[in-house]
Amino acid sequence: MSTVRLAPVLRPSVGGSKQVSAEGNNLGEVLNDLFERFPTLKEQIKPDGNLSRFINIYVNDQDVRYLQGLDTNVGPTDTVILLPAMAGGCNYGLFAS
Amino acid sequence: MGNASREIMRQARKQVPEWSPSQVHEALAIQHEAGPTNQEIVLVDVREKHEWDEGHLPGAIHVPRGYLELQIEEAVPDKSKTILLYCAGGVRSLMAGVTLQQMGYENPISMSGGFGQWKGNGYPFVQPRTMSEAQSKRYSRHLLIPEVGEEGQFKLLDSRVLLIGAGGLGSPAAYYLAAAGVGTLGIIDADVVEESNLQRQILHNTKRIGQYKAESARETLEALNPDVKVITYLERLDETNVARIIADCDVIIDGTDNFPTRYLLNDAALLANKPVVHGSVFRFEGQLTVFKPNEGPCYRCLYPEPPPPELAPSCAEAGVLGVLPGIIGLLQATETIKLLLGIGDPLVGRLLTYDGLAGEFNELHLFRDPECPACGENAHPENLPTYAEFCAVPAR
Repeated sequence: MSTVRLAPVLRPSVGGSKQVSAEGNNLGEVLNDLFERFPTLKEQIKPDGNLSRFINIYVNDQDVRYLQGLDTNVGPTDTVILLPAMAGGCNYGLFAS
Repeated sequence: MGNASREIMRQARKQVPEWSPSQVHEALAIQHEAGPTNQEIVLVDVREKHEWDEGHLPGAIHVPRGYLELQIEEAVPDKSKTILLYCAGGVRSLMAGVTLQQMGYENPISMSGGFGQWKGNGYPFVQPRTMSEAQSKRYSRHLLIPEVGEEGQFKLLDSRVLLIGAGGLGSPAAYYLAAAGVGTLGIIDADVVEESNLQRQILHNTKRIGQYKAESARETLEALNPDVKVITYLERLDETNVARIIADCDVIIDGTDNFPTRYLLNDAALLANKPVVHGSVFRFEGQLTVFKPNEGPCYRCLYPEPPPPELAPSCAEAGVLGVLPGIIGLLQATETIKLLLGIGDPLVGRLLTYDGLAGEFNELHLFRDPECPACGENAHPENLPTYAEFCAVPAR
């Protein structure tokens, strides 16, 4: 059971919470648990079945591409962060100026 | 000179060795040949600041006689070094020599004849750049900080920062950079001031509604600080103008409002080797990082593609707490000043996140992708897509 923190734009898909707990011993299992429980989240960030190229994942503040990707071990004291692309503002974008 | 001072001088001459300017000149030349690791002689100018400003010996450090006891140990911690003291005529430097001996310095030497005779002999001297009295007052709080000082303030005055956008992030960033004395601020923004901007875009005001934001910004900034020159670009950044507009700046502050511009800016900055200070906000949260070419990741390392529109609501749709871009914009200005002065640890490869409601700052370690098409091993930033076609919302 680890903690998963979500960027603001993803929170509506998990009922509005900033963070949720998830089961799994590695990142892949944790994400599968999340997607099973929150199908809307799965639609948002995994539309083709693979993790989107505009989402980054951090385990304990490290980008998982520096770790073991989906095989990264995740334990009860670890925090997973899902962070979509930073972007623009008043026309179109995730984060505004 | 009265009897007592004559006696003081007589005693000082007995205690403190003196070298003529030609002896000093020769010793310094030998030391210069020996190289930077063999610097046994330290040259100390004990005159007042206005005398130092009119010219001093190359390589000298300035410790005025009035602050000698208080500053010399920090300026020259090693008391075994040879300290060559000089003043205008050779009197104050002798007395300084006595003081140094009392403080345990093993080898102070006074230059007889002082700076006057040095110049008379035709030996070289340097004249430092000086600040006007008005500038010394304006920037006095900067001048007191060791990491800034006069040298740092001159660096800021000589610097050129380009701000992409004079909106929520650009406003506080530009305001404080102008206050800090960054000499040239370029602002590119094609929009005009609207009422809904005034909740956070503090460079503008009610009277400026309808005016171009870049021009409104210039009015405010030049009124705050006449040392600052503001150059305005009333256009949108695109492939036809980006290389020209970013060419002369030292740092770019990204306050853009759309994805295609961010990708375009990223690639152009890589080609021109310019650091980009990136910030963004959403409701109560904000983020900040520095993209520095060849040192850390670039924007495309993080996000090879933009998200679909439903994952990227604009601030007009989602809202933003007015103070949030104030905080992030100010942090962008801080990172910019660190880059310009070469001090501290800029947020290269690190993403600072701020949660206003929780009152929390956190940091993420960003990944630099060796296969990034913009900055990786086989990079080709000159012909990458900016995804303008993905962004269905037409530009205003």
